[in-house]
Amino acid sequence: MEENIKALLEQFRAIAGDPRKAMADHLAETGKGAIGMMPIYAPEELVHATGYLPVGLWGGSRPVTKARTYLPPFACSVMQQVMELECEGAYDDLAAVVFSVPCDTLKCMSQKWKGTSPVLVFTHPQNRGLEAANRFLEREYAILKEKLEGITGVKITNAALERSIQIYNENRAAMREFSALAAQYPQVISAVDRHAVFKARLFMEKSRHTALVRALMEAVRAEEPQPWTGKKVVVTGILLEPNGLLELFDRLGLAIVADDLAQESRQIRVDVPDGDEAPLYRLARVWQNMYGCSVATDTKKQRGPMLMDMARKTGADAVVVAMMKFCDPEEWDYPIYYKQFEAQGVRSLMIEVDQESTSFEQLHTRLQSLVETL
Amino acid sequence: MSEKSVQEMTAKELLAYYQAKLDEEARQAKANGKLVCWSASVAPPEMCVAMDIAMVYPETHAAGIGARKGAMDMLEVADRMGYSVDCCSYGRVNMGYMELLKEEAMTGKTPEALANSPAARVPLPDLVITCNNICNTLLKWYENLAAELNIPCIVIDVPFNHTMPVSEHAKEYIADEFRNAISQLEVICGRPFDYEKFHQVRRQTQRSIEQWNRIASMSRYKPSPLNGFDLFNYMALVVCARSRDYAEITFRKFADELEEKYKKGESAFKGAEQNRIAWEGIAVWPYLGHTFKTLKNQGTIMTGSAYPNMWDLTYDAEDESLHSMAEAYTRTYINTCLDNKVAVLRRIMEEGQCDGVLYHLNRSCKLMSFLNVETAERIQEKNGLPYVSFDGDQTDPRNFAPAQYDTRVQALGEMMEQAADGGQA
Repeated sequence: MEENIKALLEQFRAIAGDPRKAMADHLAETGKGAIGMMPIYAPEELVHATGYLPVGLWGGSRPVTKARTYLPPFACSVMQQVMELECEGAYDDLAAVVFSVPCDTLKCMSQKWKGTSPVLVFTHPQNRGLEAANRFLEREYAILKEKLEGITGVKITNAALERSIQIYNENRAAMREFSALAAQYPQVISAVDRHAVFKARLFMEKSRHTALVRALMEAVRAEEPQPWTGKKVVVTGILLEPNGLLELFDRLGLAIVADDLAQESRQIRVDVPDGDEAPLYRLARVWQNMYGCSVATDTKKQRGPMLMDMARKTGADAVVVAMMKFCDPEEWDYPIYYKQFEAQGVRSLMIEVDQESTSFEQLHTRLQSLVETL
Repeated sequence: MSEKSVQEMTAKELLAYYQAKLDEEARQAKANGKLVCWSASVAPPEMCVAMDIAMVYPETHAAGIGARKGAMDMLEVADRMGYSVDCCSYGRVNMGYMELLKEEAMTGKTPEALANSPAARVPLPDLVITCNNICNTLLKWYENLAAELNIPCIVIDVPFNHTMPVSEHAKEYIADEFRNAISQLEVICGRPFDYEKFHQVRRQTQRSIEQWNRIASMSRYKPSPLNGFDLFNYMALVVCARSRDYAEITFRKFADELEEKYKKGESAFKGAEQNRIAWEGIAVWPYLGHTFKTLKNQGTIMTGSAYPNMWDLTYDAEDESLHSMAEAYTRTYINTCLDNKVAVLRRIMEEGQCDGVLYHLNRSCKLMSFLNVETAERIQEKNGLPYVSFDGDQTDPRNFAPAQYDTRVQALGEMMEQAADGGQA
């Protein structure tokens, strides 16, 4: 592999693995702190417009001990991790934490923050087809905006917000391009690297991330794509971590040719629409336009057809369902799309994702059996 | 049954009579080609009832199946469909039941598990209506019902109230959803909405709720004429018939009976009331008798629970903006911030003169479990009363251990006694 690609991937991995350094660097350069963004969706552009660094809080891979006092074992793995980190004080340097509450667990988590940072909660409407829902969310965002201004002491002007929206739309477009490119170059961009590029996005100022992604894509494109002798899969779920799990994909020759992970491609699926309406209103429209996600109500259940479409377009051999342990919105979607897969002859495998895992032997066996039967 | 005999019935008889009547009405509606709607338990029925749609309530139905020890058969069907055991057991029981009804409709043969089920027979729906004021699971569950049956789904989304009181923009949004539901119903029913009946139904709902609240308030007396567990049973009608006079008639009768009892100096435990507790969470339906008896055996009566109180849907029926109705349906205590949740529970404990709290850590209900620790700590900080928690489940019998429950209840009893003797809780 070309040295440049290697160095760039190394950079993504380093950033993805050390959000604390990203925060320190940002502070040193701008004099501004960081604001935590809880999963799953938030108008990050608002935070960006203050000059603070938005930092995604998607758990970690700690042994869960302190969190046990506050969460029963049937809370999802990612929130167990977040709670553990809250208890350890890992988030206490954040100027604030922005909290959306699109599932029952997040509603509860928003009310029991164990760190010292102020928590800014807003609610997404779920009757998403209605104009009234857009107006409701616009108001929620206006309240959130005021709170952010109070905490950061920065007035979020419409001009600044439009600039941030542009930066985010460009980043989302670059990431969609990257995802497609990674599918063509699985030899160059491993599953672990692909994830690192997405994960670094959670800790970087987005125009810088875009620049780095573009540099990577340029370097990759300079190489000839090679035929892939392994298998190709689409992955769906909340997230696919830790790296030990992703390494199995690489070891077994399973290329991730597209993802429908809440932590990855769902974040870049929908852009802020253009138009003459005020930026806050257009930010609210993003939620209306969102699709294929378990926490965005969809009485037509389009996730299954969406996944099958993704598999067809990418030539994937199967869909791997990365089921977040104890995530009931995801668990409720599964029987519906599984039935649709079966009806259409789409191969799939469900594996359980637990961020705390350190042993992957069982998962190895299951993924290996999938590979052998494809 | 004649009108006269209804007047002669006791509240308990009325409860059974109207429950059976509601199921029969739903079956008749189906047989006569009228519309049947499956509804979430605290979704507003006012619009559907105004359009003369027969209502069926899967949560109540599932609780009934659980109480009659029939949950396992349905859970197994859901398991085969791919539902994880982590999903709400009401939802799984209902998806299992739906699947069996669907199989019957498609094959003309009644599956064995359905034929042998102690469940009350209810027909498949023509539409569903859901509301997330008691959890977002109800959004997922009803999405799935609509997809499995290819029928319309009316969603009344009530955004989580992270600050209280309920915001104006939330009320505006919800009232708009009511209006949208009305236009959906006009399309589904193929006829104009009956606004006059809608008004009458809102008034009826308020009369039912007034009587429901009368019952709940009886536990303020000490000793209490009301056994709080009775609320769990009577809840079936506040869920299934609050927009009909069935609920009003039954609740009025029951409240009258309790008042009569109180006047005569009688109490629910006939003089054996030692201490009083609040029950936080949903009932453990498959073990309703056990959970009650364990408490009763040590002289502990339940005189407060925020769970049946969720149906205190008091609103201004004359408010044509529907903001008042919107507010009533969104302020459910578990749809609000922790400060408000704690305030609601505390008020219930004060009104019920409770000496302690029993928290149900419900494997099926994340929303009613994940704030138990914080709720308990905050309440104890304020009122100093003891509490315990037990592991359970609303309808999956595998997630409840009677021995653990008994030990915890005993511990609570001891702490309450100690406190009564002047010791520390």
